[in-house]
Amino acid sequence: MDLLGNLALGFGVAFTFTNLLYAFFGCVLGTLIGVLPGLGPVATIAMLLPSIYSLDATPALIMLAGIYYGAQYGGSTTAILINVPGESSSVVTAIDGYQMARQGRAGAALAAAGLGSFFAGCVGTIIIAAFAPPLTELAFKFGPQEYFSLMVLGLIGAVVLASGSLIKAISMIILGLLLAQINTDVISGTARYSFDVPELTDGIGFVVIAMGVFGFGEIIANLGMPAEHREVFTKSVKGLWPTKQDFQQAWPAVLRGTALGSVLGVLPGGGALLASFAAYTVEKKVAGSSGRFGKGDIRGVAGPESANNAGAQTSFIPMLTLGIPPNAVMALMVGAMTIKGIQPGPQVMTSNPQLFWGLIASMWVGNAMLVILNLPLIGIWIKLLTVPYRFLFPAITLFCCIGVYTLNNNTFDVYMTAAFAVVGYLFYKLSCEPAPLLLGFILGPMMEENLRRALLLSRGDWSTFLVRPLSAGLLIAAALMIVIVLLPSIKNKRQEAFQEE
Amino acid sequence: MKIKSQRDFWSGLMFVVVGVVFAVGATNYSMGSSARPGPGYFPLILSVLMAILGGIVLFKALTIESEGGDPIGHFAWRPLLVIVAAIAVFGAALPRLGLVVTVPILIVMTSLAGDEFKWKGVLATAVVLTVGSWAIFVLGLKLIIPMWPWFVA
Repeated sequence: MDLLGNLALGFGVAFTFTNLLYAFFGCVLGTLIGVLPGLGPVATIAMLLPSIYSLDATPALIMLAGIYYGAQYGGSTTAILINVPGESSSVVTAIDGYQMARQGRAGAALAAAGLGSFFAGCVGTIIIAAFAPPLTELAFKFGPQEYFSLMVLGLIGAVVLASGSLIKAISMIILGLLLAQINTDVISGTARYSFDVPELTDGIGFVVIAMGVFGFGEIIANLGMPAEHREVFTKSVKGLWPTKQDFQQAWPAVLRGTALGSVLGVLPGGGALLASFAAYTVEKKVAGSSGRFGKGDIRGVAGPESANNAGAQTSFIPMLTLGIPPNAVMALMVGAMTIKGIQPGPQVMTSNPQLFWGLIASMWVGNAMLVILNLPLIGIWIKLLTVPYRFLFPAITLFCCIGVYTLNNNTFDVYMTAAFAVVGYLFYKLSCEPAPLLLGFILGPMMEENLRRALLLSRGDWSTFLVRPLSAGLLIAAALMIVIVLLPSIKNKRQEAFQEE
Repeated sequence: MKIKSQRDFWSGLMFVVVGVVFAVGATNYSMGSSARPGPGYFPLILSVLMAILGGIVLFKALTIESEGGDPIGHFAWRPLLVIVAAIAVFGAALPRLGLVVTVPILIVMTSLAGDEFKWKGVLATAVVLTVGSWAIFVLGLKLIIPMWPWFVA
């Protein structure tokens, strides 16, 4: 069977000493930043991009992937123990997880989150391995029209499923697309919006934007909030193993969460965050009156935690097969591949099978490592939580600064990042979500190229996007998504779903 | 006319201004025709869209009632200015003064942004992070970063 052969190749790659080491390093780092509130995977991966110059492509991507799903594990620890989501995707875990911790059942909550995540991670890995090849086949049939329409769908999908104002989110995408227009036009060689600044003719680095807006913008926002009193349950973590009754309640929730997360992860804009919200809502519905949600129900931990990990895994599918990132982390992975000279897209699987299958296999290996890292070694991470923020933010600032500088050994990038820190804080103040902006920014050049190529081929006829069935289907799907979200009943539900805290 | 949502009003205004600025910029580049789109073609479409969407956000901010006027709230001026200044100083100092001097400057500066500032803790952090970043970035990742000030090296 093809699948087995491919997986065997992948495991062969993943089990080499270097790759195991980098997978481990990624997982540790991911857990670390997941545990620490105020530092997310986007900023961390952006910070580490310069360092991958000295690595081979495969270990580099394995490490970055490890950071992403490691952060999902780590985030739940913080959510359960101090009621602060270490990671945005563990917001809902905090609701019931923290209540369980207050009742002295922190161990059971941590175990449910860890084991649920591990199960979901395994399933997610198999799904990627099974679905990637057929999707890749399909992608080879795509012309510029289809790619353009797919990107429209991807960008629209990214905001439809996100929280907050739809129209502002779409505006943020377009702002990202516009910022990406600051460059040298590939076709005519004209420098655009550069104001004769030589550094701008190469375009703004996406690391600069990611770091400025996500890294520094968040630090400033955090410092602007009054210092909160944190209650850490360090001593009460004992009896890691859940009781028999816990198991019976938790495993169906894990199954449901995994299924939901796997589906939502593939959708553009989905990924871990949406999956966990949806899973929590589903668990509440399923449990009905028997649930003790909000008062420490283990299902409220197991479901969302499995879902966010499954979502984190399957969000690799669009990135690996189509080269289209469904969320900000995947956008950075695309950037990392470009740095290593690999053009993301359907050809990666055939031209770099070692990388492709090695990365997939390493996810399973990484998940196994994470269970060990997070359950028996939980004590170490708990200690970390007692480190006050005043020691953390200077360190984060420093690593971001060094990261930006070493990307091109260029101080101009550092100044640009400072400017984007201000922009990022402004976005925070105006409640404009920055993630769609980053997606638009990454997809901008690709979108323009495909649009112009499609128009050239059709001799300027815009209907080409609607005449080709595949392209038309993608555009109709995008339009439908907007219409559905604007329906009054769905609109209210959507607001409700994101306000439950 | 009364602003019904402060946040939306200002974000709408921001989108409109950015749209107009980019649209004006786009007129400097060749539009081409739709059969042969030039470098100004895509930016112009985008900036017009941007301005329209910004206009809608603005319009909604002026007409639709929101809870308590959705105020923007206080700006955290001290963290904002201190962090931004620290980053800029870092950029200016690193090539000239090297890692050994720049890191402590950055740490002391950024620490001023927080609520608490204790010299002992700040200096300890500075020492640990200077050694740490040397170990990680120079020793481990073999990145080329100036280490010492120009007058020493």
